[in-house]
Amino acid sequence: MSDMINQYRNNFLKEVESKVEEGEWVKNCMQCGVCAGSCPLGDAWEHTPQKIFMMIRAGKKQEVLSSDAMWMCTSCYNCIVRCPRELPITHIMHGLAHYAKRLGLAPKNNPTLKFAQIFWNNLTKTGRVNELKVGLSLYFMNGFVEGIKTSLKMQKVGLNMIKNKRFSIAEAWGGHSVKDKSGLHKMLKKAYDLESARVDK
Amino acid sequence: MAEEIKTGCYICTGCGIGERLDDKQMQTIATRDGKAKFVKSHQFLCSDDGVKTINDDIKSEQLNRLVIAGCSRRAKMNTFEFDNIPTSRANIREGVIWVRPDNDESSETTQEMANDYIRMACAEARTMKQVAPSEEQSTINKNILIVGGGIAGLTAAIEASKAGYQSSIVEKSGKLGGFVANLYKSIPHKSPYNEPQETQIENLIKTAEDDRNITIYLDSIVSKTEGAPGRFEADITKESGASKTHKFGAIIQNNGFTQFDANILDEFSYKTQKNVITQSELESIAKKGKGKIQKPDGKGEIKTAVFIQCAGQRSDKENHLSYCSGFCCSTSIKQAMYFKEQNPDIDTIIMYDDLRVPGVAGEDFYRAGQKKGIVFSKAKVSQVTGDGDNLKVEFKDLILDEDTAISADLVVLATGLVANSGPDPYATPIELDADGKEIENPEVQKIDVTESVLNLQYRQGTDLPHLKNGFTDSHFICFPYETRRTGIYAAGPVRRPMDILQTKDDATGAVMRAISVIENSNKGRAQFPRSGDLSFPEFRKEGCTQCKRCTVECPFGAINEDEKGYPIFNEARCRRCGTCMGACPVRVISFANYSVETVNQQIKNCDMPDEFDEKPRILVLACENDAYPALDMAAQNRIEYSAYARIIPVRCLGSTSVSWITDALNSGYDGIVMMGCKKGDDYQCHFVKGSEMAHERMAKVGDTLESLQLESERVAVHEVAISDIQTAPALIEDMAKVVEKVGMNPFKF
Amino acid sequence: MATEYSFYPGCSSQKGASSSNYLNSVKTMADKLDIKLNEIPDWNCCSASIGYAGGGQLPRLALSARNIALSEKHNQGQTIVSPCAACWLATKEASERLKENETLKKETQIVLKEVGLKVENETPIKHMVEVLIEDIGFDKIKKQVTKPLKDIKIAGYVGCQTNRPFGINGESYENPKYLDNLIDTLGGTPIENYDKKVQCCGGALAFSEPEKSQMMIKDIIESAADAGADMIVTPCPVCQMNVEVYQDQINTKYKTNFKMPVTYYSSLISVAFGANIKNSALDQQIIPATKLNAIAKS
Repeated sequence: MSDMINQYRNNFLKEVESKVEEGEWVKNCMQCGVCAGSCPLGDAWEHTPQKIFMMIRAGKKQEVLSSDAMWMCTSCYNCIVRCPRELPITHIMHGLAHYAKRLGLAPKNNPTLKFAQIFWNNLTKTGRVNELKVGLSLYFMNGFVEGIKTSLKMQKVGLNMIKNKRFSIAEAWGGHSVKDKSGLHKMLKKAYDLESARVDK
Repeated sequence: MAEEIKTGCYICTGCGIGERLDDKQMQTIATRDGKAKFVKSHQFLCSDDGVKTINDDIKSEQLNRLVIAGCSRRAKMNTFEFDNIPTSRANIREGVIWVRPDNDESSETTQEMANDYIRMACAEARTMKQVAPSEEQSTINKNILIVGGGIAGLTAAIEASKAGYQSSIVEKSGKLGGFVANLYKSIPHKSPYNEPQETQIENLIKTAEDDRNITIYLDSIVSKTEGAPGRFEADITKESGASKTHKFGAIIQNNGFTQFDANILDEFSYKTQKNVITQSELESIAKKGKGKIQKPDGKGEIKTAVFIQCAGQRSDKENHLSYCSGFCCSTSIKQAMYFKEQNPDIDTIIMYDDLRVPGVAGEDFYRAGQKKGIVFSKAKVSQVTGDGDNLKVEFKDLILDEDTAISADLVVLATGLVANSGPDPYATPIELDADGKEIENPEVQKIDVTESVLNLQYRQGTDLPHLKNGFTDSHFICFPYETRRTGIYAAGPVRRPMDILQTKDDATGAVMRAISVIENSNKGRAQFPRSGDLSFPEFRKEGCTQCKRCTVECPFGAINEDEKGYPIFNEARCRRCGTCMGACPVRVISFANYSVETVNQQIKNCDMPDEFDEKPRILVLACENDAYPALDMAAQNRIEYSAYARIIPVRCLGSTSVSWITDALNSGYDGIVMMGCKKGDDYQCHFVKGSEMAHERMAKVGDTLESLQLESERVAVHEVAISDIQTAPALIEDMAKVVEKVGMNPFKF
Repeated sequence: MATEYSFYPGCSSQKGASSSNYLNSVKTMADKLDIKLNEIPDWNCCSASIGYAGGGQLPRLALSARNIALSEKHNQGQTIVSPCAACWLATKEASERLKENETLKKETQIVLKEVGLKVENETPIKHMVEVLIEDIGFDKIKKQVTKPLKDIKIAGYVGCQTNRPFGINGESYENPKYLDNLIDTLGGTPIENYDKKVQCCGGALAFSEPEKSQMMIKDIIESAADAGADMIVTPCPVCQMNVEVYQDQINTKYKTNFKMPVTYYSSLISVAFGANIKNSALDQQIIPATKLNAIAKS
């Protein structure tokens, strides 16, 4: 009851509309809850998409953006195809997660956030994903000791992959890459700048 | 002088009848048992040749009764109609060969079944009389009285005029337009359904005012109505007291609704807070400001408006409305758009429990509201209180499952509607005591104080009967607008909650009904479901005990009483259901073509094998509207049932005389199955109350069985819908099993 | 004459990567079906669905737009085809987003200028199975079957991203049939109705939320096994990898005894077309597809 003035006002909804990918769809949710029932990891979500949409309308910016809910999305698109109002729910969840990270509100130790960032950094470095480096960084993302433990746990998986030529240690020394790396970097920087000019204003 | 009865019996051998049944045997039965003067078989009776044969014989043999043995009476209805000659149909196709297996062991009982239907049809034809149309309707008035000058009344009058009928609008207030005239805009009725639209009520009013077929009475009420379709007489009384009697052919009651009184909603502080208003008050403010909405207390601008849906509605609290008024959700969306139109930055929050947007704009309009940024919150508002210059709205968010509050500058209550039906004639039901004397039902304490709308001079009360929640009873499933007072139609929200567009459709439909009743009564014909029936109830005065059962039980209030308590049948009000006939304990009421005797003769003329033959007989009295067609359809699907069943169609189960049951048991029937339509609040009975009356009547039949020392299971009363194609034959089979269990009726003489 | 496509293989099918076996079998299959795959020169990663955290909308669109632009420049007039569900989905989504949103389209063109490209965005984008179904057709595939996959009961695991949100050729989202039809075409026995046919395997969350993902993977294998499957076949590299490689860990944790082979449809087709174990990429299975191997060797 503390925030009687800002609750259920359009402020946060408008912010989401203008700054979050596909955010203009949020107001169209009719609260049927089919998304919540369709999510394969539904039980793991702190707030279901249905609730997130309502929280946005209720003006609960902090609670929404600091939640780890959106980071549970596996991108299975079940919610999208079942939503009777045809909201691109998967994209909105990605958009909210990205926006939360951009504002520094996302939960710092969320593993999916970390992995997603590692993945992005990796792919943008050479233009193509280096699976070895993604894997190693992933295992060590929670620190060295944890990393060794995870690596050992995953050792058999890794060895199996190497044996069957589906994982290459050679990737550690360079590996796959686009030729026009500098062009790609320039392009991504431009994209980042243009988007920031639009979103961070 | 009694006329000599000459029955011609025609047996069709087409459709496989000839292969399954012995028509020579049936011919003998018709002559010997059925006393037919003239019998013929034809292999294709409904062909031109078959019909010509009958017509030729009618002339040459002077036939005055006909029996057509072949398909069901529901097939080839017009083909087998012969110049008003009483005709009975022996249903040996759907009723016999299609429901029995085609094998040697069944052939005997199948033939017996057909023979019985020949006997029964011949007996019925013999007892039927030629129908002469009522002479009651000598002068017919084609004017339509329209009670209420709102959107429904105006639409009805204009539609009537387009069809060439004159009408008079009686409007209680000083101006036309009703509730809609108060609106700033209406919900959209044109694609893409995304914005409020002009109501166009001024155009409608002008059209009506300019139409020479339409007479308008303002500041007027209907102070007295009597008569029947085609000859209603109504007193139209001005506010000044001046009154004049006018003649009408039909009446449409479309006097709309009254807003629910928000004053009782203490939790929302309606009485104490200026900035808590109803939807209709917001309309007035918007209309006055031409879209600009001022805060009612005049202090500052509106930045946040909260709409509370279902205020005092869909609630089980005392004095609240239990039902959904249908239009309020759409109205709140529309009104929230008023604010968005004024300034998109005004926050509008609609707090709903279930958002319902029926009607043509429907979901499109809801989506449009969402797109404009209206916030919809599934919430239960607990209270609204003053908070300085603001209002504090406390509620539980039902999605987020938390109690919370917001501040608002304006709160709009969606309070819903109360139908202006007038007092329910059956609100203080008159009960009959054991001697048939009228007593007031002691349980009904509350006297309905609502003012009468029609002031009907009917024995059954001053206004249209209600169904529930104060809405007038109109036949919602089969015949919308058709009320329980023939020739008087209900349209618009007086009969059920609806929006403007639905109301206009409703008014148009009601006019069509009104025109049809005028034209039918002009020819002495019944309104549906027995459209075109020329018969009407007659009674034998010397036998009447003035018990008044007929006047009480008539579902349509067609029967008045004279000063001595004898019934006066208003023939044009009658729907020919026969409920009065079934109600009459002394069996003095009859129709020329349908009477206690016509059915009784069918019951008695069925061949009754003796007890040791092990061939029971089951009498089925089936409503001709639903149960009988359901059995016909079962036959079309070749669903078999017992060869011991003998089915007699009745106009309505309400016409069933208890004497038929007693006589049937006395003459040896082993089981009786009665099939009527669904009764109760969601009835399907074509005559609204007929089936219910029959069920009540038959509840007492147990005493008869007891006095005969017969098992009560032998008589069963069922509700059967037209779609019960599997159930209807199964009920007959059930009775066959009962008879097997309890044994044969010992009264077989 | 061979039908030519602009080929977008994707990161995971590169040499030494997790679905390199996929590429190997796709090449065998394409050869037999006379399909010519012209790799998009210097293609880049699509950023998959997990790229959202690091990349904003525009950087991700730029990545896909660059691929489309490169294809339009070098493989003019050719339909883009990718064997990878994520690559296909990301590219197709980007293409649609650019069609819907003028602002994004404008900004994307500005961004592409940095690498001297311009996107027309009129190129059709297909998944490899769409090529098989729509362009080649099951009839033509059936004609080339030399070794029918007799007596193998195969669960077509469709999973998510080839099925939703776009789906294949008007298939239902809840029970798509194209893999069943393909298995049938190849002479195998499809397991048509099992509960987890379109259940998510966890996707990228197999890395970040292994327990939750492995629970879902367990359900998928279990449901296929309960329905009598000898093996699972899939059109998606993430599905293939997730469902195959964690079975040891799942067996330990859930006390199960799974040894369920999971292959690509392209391996099935290769074997049925008479290719050997190596060319069908069956030598790269972690859990050997014993029954398929037997047919390939026969």
